[in-house]
Amino acid sequence: MNQPLSGQPAQVPVLALGDVLLVSLQGELHDGMAEQLQQDITHRISTDRMTGVVIDISGVDMVDSFLGRVLAEIASTAGLLAARTVLAGMRPAVAITLVELGLTLPGLVTALDVDRAMELLNQRGS
Amino acid sequence: MQPSGQVSATSLPIGSDADLAWVRQHVRQCAAGLGFGLVQQTKLVTAASELARNTLVHGGGGRVEITPLDNGRSRGLRMSFIDEGPGIRDLELAMTDGYTSGGGLGLGLSGAKRLVHEFSVDTEPGRGTTVTAVAWVAQVPASRPGV
Amino acid sequence: MTVPEQDAAVSAPQVVSSFLEQRKEQIAQRWADTPLFRSVFTVSRDEAVEACKAVVEALSEVAVSGRLEDVGSPGFAPVRDQLGRMTQTRARTGSTASQIADEVAGLRVPVVDLLREEFTDPTAPPAQEAVLALTMLLGTLRLVVMETALDANAELIERQRQQLLEVATPVIKLWEGTVAVPLIGTLDSARSQVVMESLLEAIVDQRARYAILDITGVPTVDSLVAQHLMKTVAAARLMGAECIVSGIRPAIAQTIVQLGIDLGSVLTRSSLSDALAYALGKQGIEVSRAHANESIR
Repeated sequence: MNQPLSGQPAQVPVLALGDVLLVSLQGELHDGMAEQLQQDITHRISTDRMTGVVIDISGVDMVDSFLGRVLAEIASTAGLLAARTVLAGMRPAVAITLVELGLTLPGLVTALDVDRAMELLNQRGS
Repeated sequence: MQPSGQVSATSLPIGSDADLAWVRQHVRQCAAGLGFGLVQQTKLVTAASELARNTLVHGGGGRVEITPLDNGRSRGLRMSFIDEGPGIRDLELAMTDGYTSGGGLGLGLSGAKRLVHEFSVDTEPGRGTTVTAVAWVAQVPASRPGV
Repeated sequence: MTVPEQDAAVSAPQVVSSFLEQRKEQIAQRWADTPLFRSVFTVSRDEAVEACKAVVEALSEVAVSGRLEDVGSPGFAPVRDQLGRMTQTRARTGSTASQIADEVAGLRVPVVDLLREEFTDPTAPPAQEAVLALTMLLGTLRLVVMETALDANAELIERQRQQLLEVATPVIKLWEGTVAVPLIGTLDSARSQVVMESLLEAIVDQRARYAILDITGVPTVDSLVAQHLMKTVAAARLMGAECIVSGIRPAIAQTIVQLGIDLGSVLTRSSLSDALAYALGKQGIEVSRAHANESIR
């Protein structure tokens, strides 16, 4: 029962690109993993002095209110630590579902994909 | 587990995070097998995730019964989330956007309701809760040869 | 109740009729919990029980008349209106005529079970005959419901066909990174879903940063339409695109204000060209007259 599902990493990889953290979410995400990720990101921002976080959700086929809350909390926490968060690559079906669900994530900055997200962070940073 | 593609009635336990993931995967598979479009699949999986989490968090765990429906004209999917937890004391309040007793965003019930076609809650304080959601494959009156 | 089993003079329809009359309450109680009645009479169960009783009474009436298989039997007249309203309610929630008919067929088992219990030997010919008569009667009820449902559906299908014509809404690429949907006609839930889906797909395909929803061709904007617009704007934003609603005619602007509709943070422009100018400006693109430029140089 606690076996990770096929095609699903046990932990979400967090990469550093300069002073930007790139988090790529893929496939099924357990609630526990999402909460672990929240801690990892916060930790990396404060220890490695990151100024931006890009969360790539192009590989995510469902965002429910739990994951939505985790994403919003990551952004707020990062904001408190002076890092900006951009949510990138949301699929159309996911966006439509989130809006119907009543979750519009107003506090989150969004971008079409990772490139655009990096662009956004660079523009604002300079 | 069912082999992929085949859609039959299933009952899955809801007792942990990992079970939620299973429920989502199974609903996705069923919905795809029944011919739901991508957006409808996503809505169903999201509704299932919300409701299964409710069963886990508020109902202390339980099970989900997933049943494919077919009335000859349209295919559908029924999901019944059953727990024997404390029940919902004030259903109207629980169905209100933003109301939460579990530290979430309070969109579980009300949000899931908006994602499906039919939605009903059967609850009694102390005796548990059954939430049933039904969605039908969107019917575009495409020309069907021979009909 | 004792059904005179040995009395050959009493016909099966009459047995059924008196059974229905005498067990009205029990039948109604069982039917009230079937999907058909439960989903239509959502306000109170008592209301469902009353409706069930009316149907049982009508069936009893039809049985007495002996016209078990006659859809036009006058016994159905008192409940035709009620059945019509019920099927319409079901049709509006998306049930098809055959779905509704299936639900009516679901009424058979509980009442046949009750009838069987009336007989000491349910396998004896009189019992079989009564069950057969009752089954026939319920089959006729199903046809009556089917009839009303099909009528209601024909109307619905026509309306949907009309809307589908309107659905053919193209998403146009106006400029690099800017797409637009000219909305024409009524914007209902089904259609706004289609618009939302095609707009979001276009945003991905065109890598658009700006999406313009032009409502010049939308006859009225009520709170529901406004809600659809705001949902589309919100979904586009989640994908990283900014949405502009254009084509708000003065009359519509007035209605929006008078109805107290809050378009919230939705960016609006009066015309499509104003919206395009805004989108281009935001992307640092300037458009100017070639001649004017030459004469300045």
